Amino acid sequence: MMLDQLKETIKTALPELDFVMGWTTGYDPLHATPLYMYEPDDVDQLIWGPLNVHNLAVHLPALRHKKVGIVVKGCDSRSVVELLQENLIDRENVVIFGAPCNGVVDMTKIRKAVPDAHFARSVETADNSLTITTDKDTHTLSLAEVMADKCTRCRFPNAVEADHFVGEKRIPAVETDPYADLESFESQGFAERRDFWMAEMDRCIRCYACRNACPLCVCRDHCVAQSREPHWVSQRDGVRDKFMFQVIHAIHMAGRCTECGECERACPMDIPVLLLKRKLGNVIHDLFDYDAGLDAEARPPLLAFKLEEDSIKEKDW
Amino acid sequence: MAKYLKNDDLGQWLAELGTEYKIHAPVQEGRSIAFRPLTQDKILRIDRHATIGPKEILFPACEELMHFSYEKDTDNPGREKIRVQPADNAVPTLIFGSRPCDARGFDVFDGAFTQCAVKDNYYAARREQAVVVSIACTRTENTCFCNWVGGSPDGTNGSDVLLTPIQDGFVVQPVTEKGETLLQKGSLLTGAAPDQVREAEQLRAAACASLPEAPDFKCMPEQLYNLFDNMDFWEKQSAKCISCGACTYLCPTCHCFNITDERNGNEGERLRSWDNCMSRQFTQEASGHNPRPEKAYRLKNRVGHKFCYFPDLHEGHIACVGCGRCIKSCPVSLDIRQVVTSAKECHLPAEETDNE
Ligand code: SF4
Ligand code: SF4
Ligand code: SF4
Ligand code: SF4
Ligand code: SF4
Repeated sequence: MMLDQLKETIKTALPELDFVMGWTTGYDPLHATPLYMYEPDDVDQLIWGPLNVHNLAVHLPALRHKKVGIVVKGCDSRSVVELLQENLIDRENVVIFGAPCNGVVDMTKIRKAVPDAHFARSVETADNSLTITTDKDTHTLSLAEVMADKCTRCRFPNAVEADHFVGEKRIPAVETDPYADLESFESQGFAERRDFWMAEMDRCIRCYACRNACPLCVCRDHCVAQSREPHWVSQRDGVRDKFMFQVIHAIHMAGRCTECGECERACPMDIPVLLLKRKLGNVIHDLFDYDAGLDAEARPPLLAFKLEEDSIKEKDW
Repeated sequence: MAKYLKNDDLGQWLAELGTEYKIHAPVQEGRSIAFRPLTQDKILRIDRHATIGPKEILFPACEELMHFSYEKDTDNPGREKIRVQPADNAVPTLIFGSRPCDARGFDVFDGAFTQCAVKDNYYAARREQAVVVSIACTRTENTCFCNWVGGSPDGTNGSDVLLTPIQDGFVVQPVTEKGETLLQKGSLLTGAAPDQVREAEQLRAAACASLPEAPDFKCMPEQLYNLFDNMDFWEKQSAKCISCGACTYLCPTCHCFNITDERNGNEGERLRSWDNCMSRQFTQEASGHNPRPEKAYRLKNRVGHKFCYFPDLHEGHIACVGCGRCIKSCPVSLDIRQVVTSAKECHLPAEETDNE
């Protein structure tokens, strides 16, 4: 079995490492939680499957002084590559364990399909389905129905960079990102789009979970949103102030964001902030023909200076 | 005396009370449930725990403490005069549909804001004018542990009235004098029949019994002081934490804040806004030194404040009401129950305990 093989591979590598990060079952059968494997015994708790929603790459920059292993899904591996590109981690200090990914669930979709999800007593996952038994009844959901949107358009289900890859490589869902979600959103008028964001951002509590969950939000502790000296951003909690922060985050991510979706997943108020990043990802793609987190040697377009961009012919204007 | 309110009459009852109070209740908002001023267009959601509790009604996420303006001192052109206008925003408020854990959170706020050496007038004025109508829980979530920290699914601390949902309505019980007075208003409450009261009691007892057995946390303050310098313990406990602070903002007992002056030209406001101990800036000192440089120190503080320092200052009251929001909404599902239990069970090396 793939999971057993993965565990063996980790156990073999563990003596050379401070620890390896993976996932295990969390506070209830529906929620996985990050697992730190320090000893071979810890490895036995490792799980692999659609509940492993977290992108563990977020922890890597702070662990630079350690030698650590990380288990990645395909999308997570892109964050690792992006961190390498930006020199925020050292290749020789990270050991990457990859396996083919069949997609992860979106808890928001699960809560919609099963409003009683917080009373789950047991969960069984099969290849294409998920069976949740609560204190009252049992629900079988097809994985397709509750899968995270990013997985329905996944181009890289196999780690793009790995020291150890276990299992048979999976065929990607699509070759190019269809950006259909964005297109449909943008087909609305300006007023509708503005009203949508004002209504969604209104319930933002300015907790910055979206920022801290983002593996590439590197200023984190020195963020403009909280800096006191200078005091860049107002502490008011009007919807414009909250939206302002999202715009700052999105702009800072342009060309770096791999659209891993952690910002949106982490938001306790379920605000669909990934859409903003998708917009910028789309622009960067069109402008620079560039996708973040694929090539450790590449330089993100907005971190580089070129006298003349290939796709922006200023002199021809 | 217990009263009874038909499900169908709930809207009308609230509408009647609405003439006297500003009513805040849990409503569906996008994909979340939050407490908002109740208006016709809102969908009331009292069937489950709100994503975020009612704390911001009494302790706003951001509030103006005062308005200030500068003007030239005509007698002394080298100087400026400052005019200060303190804000007073308290109005009669009815908090409807909180859970017993949420309401107990106000008890913790009272301890911090009204019963300490310095009284917080802003909070006190709002608290004074608020009536809290809670709904007993008849079904407990996987993250609920109110019984571990001194509460229960039908607890009444912090509430003025307790509703228990039964078959076709609610059994309505006053808890405080404020609650008694409230129940004299409105035309829709009738006396509850004995079998309705019995039904409510049975439902509440079943909810209490459905929670996992409560560990004894009396030893926690001492145990947490003992673990204070054990950074290995705190590093492991906090390893997966991303230091985001969502747990504190959603917590019905967390009450830390920041104060900033926001000046635009000659006018400005002094704002108080939520802050949290999980953020690095919280303890950043002007010198550049930070006594809580990493997340391990910060998680230690959050857990320590709730289970050690606060109980130490407030007659043993734990500053956690077991609502489970910090578990449920934590992006990494960090479980405070597990941290506290590990702390309780952590045996210190013999030589360290001998050193006292
Ligand atoms: S985006 Fe791809 S790699 Fe990432 S979780 Fe979904 S299917 Fe797996
Ligand atoms: S902005 Fe969001 S989607 Fe993009 S890298 Fe950060 S967490 Fe992932
Ligand atoms: S995580 Fe959500 S609620 Fe928190 S700051 Fe970000 S958008 Fe706002
Ligand atoms: S919500 Fe979770 S990850 Fe965020 S600070 Fe709290 S414990 Fe840490
Ligand atoms: S610490 Fe967690 S469980 Fe306790 S009151 Fe706060 S949010 Fe609720």
